[in-house]
Amino acid sequence: MIPAQFDYAAPATVEEALSALASAGDDAKVIAGGQSLLPVLRMRLNAPSLVVDLSKIESLRGVRDDGDALVIGAMTTYQSILDDASVHEHLLLLVKAVETIADPQIRHRGTLGGALAHADPAGDVGATALALGAQFEITGSSGSRTVPADEFFQGLFETAVGEDELLTSIRFPKHTGWGAHYEKFVRVSHQWSIVAVAATVKAEGGTIQEARIGLTNMGDRPLRATSVEKALVGQQATEDAVRTAAASAAEGTDPPSDLNGDAEYRRSIVPVLTRRAVLAAAGG
Amino acid sequence: MTVTEPTTEKREIGAARRRKEDQRLITGRTRWTDNIQLPGMLHVAMVRSPFAHARIVAIDTAEAEQAPNVVAVLTGAQVAGEQGGLITAWPVTPDQKTPDHPPIAVDRVTFAGEVVAVVVARSAAEARDAAELVDVEYDELPAVLTLEEAEQDTVHAHPDLGTNKSATWVLDSAQQGSGGDVDEAIEEARRNGVVIEREYRQQRLIPAFMEPRSFVCDPTGEQITLWSATQVPHIVRFALAATTGVPESKIRVIAPDVGGGFGGKLQITPEEWIVFLAARRLGRPVKYTETRSESLVSGHHGRDQVQRLTLAATKDGRVTGLKVELLADLGSYAALVGGGVPVLGAWMFNSIYKFDSYRFTTHNYYTNKTWVDAYRGAGRPEATYAIERLMTELAAELDVDPIEIREKNWIKHEEFPFTTVAGMTYDSGNYEAATAKAMELFGYDELREEQRRRRESNDAVQLGIGVSTFTEMCGLAPSRILGQLNYAAGGWEHADIRMLATGKVEVITGTSPHGQGHETAWSQIVADKLGVPFEDVEVLHGDTQISHRGMDTYGSRSLVVGAEAVVRAADKVIEKAKKIAAHMLEASEDDLEFRSGRLEVRGTDKGLTIQEVAMAAFHAHDLPDGAEPSIDGSATYDPDNFSFPHGTHLCAMEVDTETGATTMRKYVCVDDIGEIINPMIVEGQVHGGLVQGIAQALWEEAVYDDSGTLVTASFVDYTLPTAADTISFQTDHTTTPATYTSLGTKGVGEAGTIASTPAVVNAIVDAVRHLGVDDIVMPCTPERVYKAIRAGAGTGDATARDASALGGDAPRDASGQAHFSPGAEENADPGSTGSEGGQQ
Amino acid sequence: MARISVKVDGASYSDDVEPRMLLVHYLRERLGKVGTVVGCDTSNCGACTVHLDGRSVKSCNVLAVQADGHEVTTIEGISSGEELHPVQEAFRECHALQCGYCTPGMIMQAIDLLNENPSPSEEGIRHGLEGNLCRCTGYHNIVKAVQKAAGSDLEGAQQ
Repeated sequence: MIPAQFDYAAPATVEEALSALASAGDDAKVIAGGQSLLPVLRMRLNAPSLVVDLSKIESLRGVRDDGDALVIGAMTTYQSILDDASVHEHLLLLVKAVETIADPQIRHRGTLGGALAHADPAGDVGATALALGAQFEITGSSGSRTVPADEFFQGLFETAVGEDELLTSIRFPKHTGWGAHYEKFVRVSHQWSIVAVAATVKAEGGTIQEARIGLTNMGDRPLRATSVEKALVGQQATEDAVRTAAASAAEGTDPPSDLNGDAEYRRSIVPVLTRRAVLAAAGG
Repeated sequence: MTVTEPTTEKREIGAARRRKEDQRLITGRTRWTDNIQLPGMLHVAMVRSPFAHARIVAIDTAEAEQAPNVVAVLTGAQVAGEQGGLITAWPVTPDQKTPDHPPIAVDRVTFAGEVVAVVVARSAAEARDAAELVDVEYDELPAVLTLEEAEQDTVHAHPDLGTNKSATWVLDSAQQGSGGDVDEAIEEARRNGVVIEREYRQQRLIPAFMEPRSFVCDPTGEQITLWSATQVPHIVRFALAATTGVPESKIRVIAPDVGGGFGGKLQITPEEWIVFLAARRLGRPVKYTETRSESLVSGHHGRDQVQRLTLAATKDGRVTGLKVELLADLGSYAALVGGGVPVLGAWMFNSIYKFDSYRFTTHNYYTNKTWVDAYRGAGRPEATYAIERLMTELAAELDVDPIEIREKNWIKHEEFPFTTVAGMTYDSGNYEAATAKAMELFGYDELREEQRRRRESNDAVQLGIGVSTFTEMCGLAPSRILGQLNYAAGGWEHADIRMLATGKVEVITGTSPHGQGHETAWSQIVADKLGVPFEDVEVLHGDTQISHRGMDTYGSRSLVVGAEAVVRAADKVIEKAKKIAAHMLEASEDDLEFRSGRLEVRGTDKGLTIQEVAMAAFHAHDLPDGAEPSIDGSATYDPDNFSFPHGTHLCAMEVDTETGATTMRKYVCVDDIGEIINPMIVEGQVHGGLVQGIAQALWEEAVYDDSGTLVTASFVDYTLPTAADTISFQTDHTTTPATYTSLGTKGVGEAGTIASTPAVVNAIVDAVRHLGVDDIVMPCTPERVYKAIRAGAGTGDATARDASALGGDAPRDASGQAHFSPGAEENADPGSTGSEGGQQ
Repeated sequence: MARISVKVDGASYSDDVEPRMLLVHYLRERLGKVGTVVGCDTSNCGACTVHLDGRSVKSCNVLAVQADGHEVTTIEGISSGEELHPVQEAFRECHALQCGYCTPGMIMQAIDLLNENPSPSEEGIRHGLEGNLCRCTGYHNIVKAVQKAAGSDLEGAQQ
């Protein structure tokens, strides 16, 4: 199917992009990798008057080492993340999550910032960013501000990014030496996550010192399993200990009911997936 | 007809020839219908009903008509007199109720997705833009959305019919004299034997061929030419002529490259009729190519039955009776085969077994959903599923191995030909041999041992083994039987062989392949029959001006009916060549024999090649008296009987009891499809069939919400498996040649699909039976498996069924479940709170 | 309308297109590159897969304007004259196609997969093709074809 007509702008700088957005009011759409937006336009579920393409803004691409953090430009593609050695070294969880997204073709085009700004609760990078304690740089006409991950996601497809703003980069504190696993539960491989668990664990001599766990599609936004994180501290990375700690993974969640399973089912399996994610992350 | 008995050398038949079709397809030099561009061509967009059932109050087309480059906007009321109608070929009973089916709805819509208006514009994009401007006022009517509601018959899908029931069709072994009285058998079993009663659900599936349907009609020539992505160009031509009043001789239908069908393109469709209508009205070429969503919503669906089953057996496991009662959902219209699809299952529920008594009843109902028709297997997968699940349940009830119970009941190889309790005569088969070979390849005993170990250790991942011993009837169909069944056409097939002057051979077939490789297989057959090089044979098909007679491709009929016509045409070529050769060689016809492409005088080295005779016929300078200057041959072949491929399929499934996830571990099948023309093509047919059948067991279901909107209206939600979800298969064969076909072939197109579904479900149930589970509704999603295990453990009740799925399409909580369903509001505007939406 | 310049299968094109035109429609309807086909609306099926600057993308999920200044390779641009690309050859040899509709996308993705990893495992192949749907083959022979191509000489071929 063919999208409805729209105007198109491909600005070369963030400033130009912001002014293009401002000129079109709330009827503009930003296109990053376009891998979620284009199907929506083709199905005519959305018909913006203007599409602002960020792909020519070079400053939004790439991974930068900033001491204790990696800063990833919003327009960095999934494939670039997978190809980047520093991400493998310092943010293994992000690699594990991104590897599972859609399929190779989508990963060649889709961008980290696009997915985070889209904020589909079934998307894989939201829970990962949450678990890693990411900071989101949001730029508007009056300058940039930084929003922590737990304030960035505000609801179903809702983020802290205002209508006249752009998500420009994401700052991830390094988790060097942390084990990581993304346990994604799907019926067929190209599906959105039914439920997924992002776990990154710092362990020494078989003892878990710190754990960070994000949950995908267990509510209207990515969630953190903080009670499990707390319960894991000081535990041995054994099947039994982790099972006990992971038992509360469904606490505070409000998952959807859909063709792949009802909310009760999702709540039933999330402790199992959490256990598996933590054990795999801990190398158990 | 006298069949010459030529000594055929099998040089090509049986060889794994690489396909002639492939060169074009792997280089992108293809001829899909959507590729066609004609001068001045216009494009069509459909306006479709969002309601399952509604009266059309008014349609305002004014704004659409003013939109840029719009040429016409058509409504059903405007064209009611000329648009023709869509007909069913199979009213299964004389009193079948059949609603009229106009291509564009005239005053009432009967399912969500039905066409209510048509926009024709200079580009596809402009047609779509204008379609959004057509304003339709509806008066919503109560809709019938499930078989259970249809059966209650209080709300009607077609109020004017006064009932939802289309027809009830019965086959009773006592009545027709092919067996005993099933009620007596069940009563006896209740007293002294075992009775297994089950209700199984055949969920609604969507054929989901990869090439969306596309139609181009050019009315500017002497004939009106329709290119159609169809399996059935000949049927389309006939039906267009029969319903529009255009003479058949003025219609040319071409099926160019067609990208898959699986029964889904065995149809005459509203969209085809609309393109034909628009082109004629406007006098210009018109194209319509559906989107995937339109395809899923409006192309016909498959399966969709409730099966109420009673199996009676003695205490030692011999089956004495089977009673089958079906509720079949036809959707809102009787499609081309329509009510005949469930009827096709009537002869297959008894499968490979010797039952004493049998009764089959199908009640066909209309609902306000997309129409249902043939999908790969058509009636036979449903039947095979039911009996193979039941035989496994009987084995479990009696605590014997599922193979043992089958062995006790199946027809032994020395008992062929065998007339079944349904009255069908099976000509050949060897179930023992196929089963023995499959068990060996599978490592049956080792896997049973592993299963035992996992059970004993209470492993979180349990292993199950599923057995499916199937047969099917292929080769639709002997015309006299079709006549008895009230089917509106014959089951013959036609072929012509043209012997060109330069020695090349053109084979024209009435079959219409769309992936099956007929160009290759027919070339192999003709190369052997006429002793000409494989490369010299050209196979032509799919254009009614070239292939003027045909019944097309479906029902695993092409090889066993279509290729038999080719063989007979080749025999006629040889007969005619013999006359001319005898004259040229100054020998008696009786002294000539045809060997490896040469007509030779027996006992001498004198002879002529068939190509030399073709050239002599072309020159026609010196022919025997009364001989026509041609050795071309034509044949129309009507089969005497069906053919009955069979096989044993074994599947091992791992079930993660903590999440309900299932993983296929191993799949082995040994099929007996008779003689094989091209083993490579056969393997391909089996692999593809297997995955479609496995997908019914595990992944696919067309789901409607409680307002009658198809929720699974994109590939995001209608979950087809990918390479990453499937495994490599072990396939093998045993061979008992068919006795009714000259080539000994039986047909293979549907075998994999028919056999695999019960093998997979039997394996899953086998993995968790010790946890109190005896059934899981298809598709066996992780959620359903998980809930079945929990219910089994919690209640100790052996029938742990998913209540929400028992009705199959009983509306579930459908809120927010489709990523691209317009009904899923939160997805309607993914970026509704910020301009960043969809920035992925 | 927007002016775009694109190199497709080695030839340069310059055209005015509506911003809403999808790359796949540009290839098919403007350039006549009908070897690349459309199978869905939601970027699931992969039938439209082409290479954009050497990496596989779904051309139904890229706007034609986004291809401005870039290089596209389709199924029609991978064989050199009569000589097929080894992946094309392997698809024929292994009977990895039936109706052939998914084949162009499947071949283009298989080439990308082998460029990334010249000797993939069966699992690697299966996951590398997870963005391409086929309804005919059950994938069995497609996997075999990619395995076969992996064993053949990819060096000498284009791409």
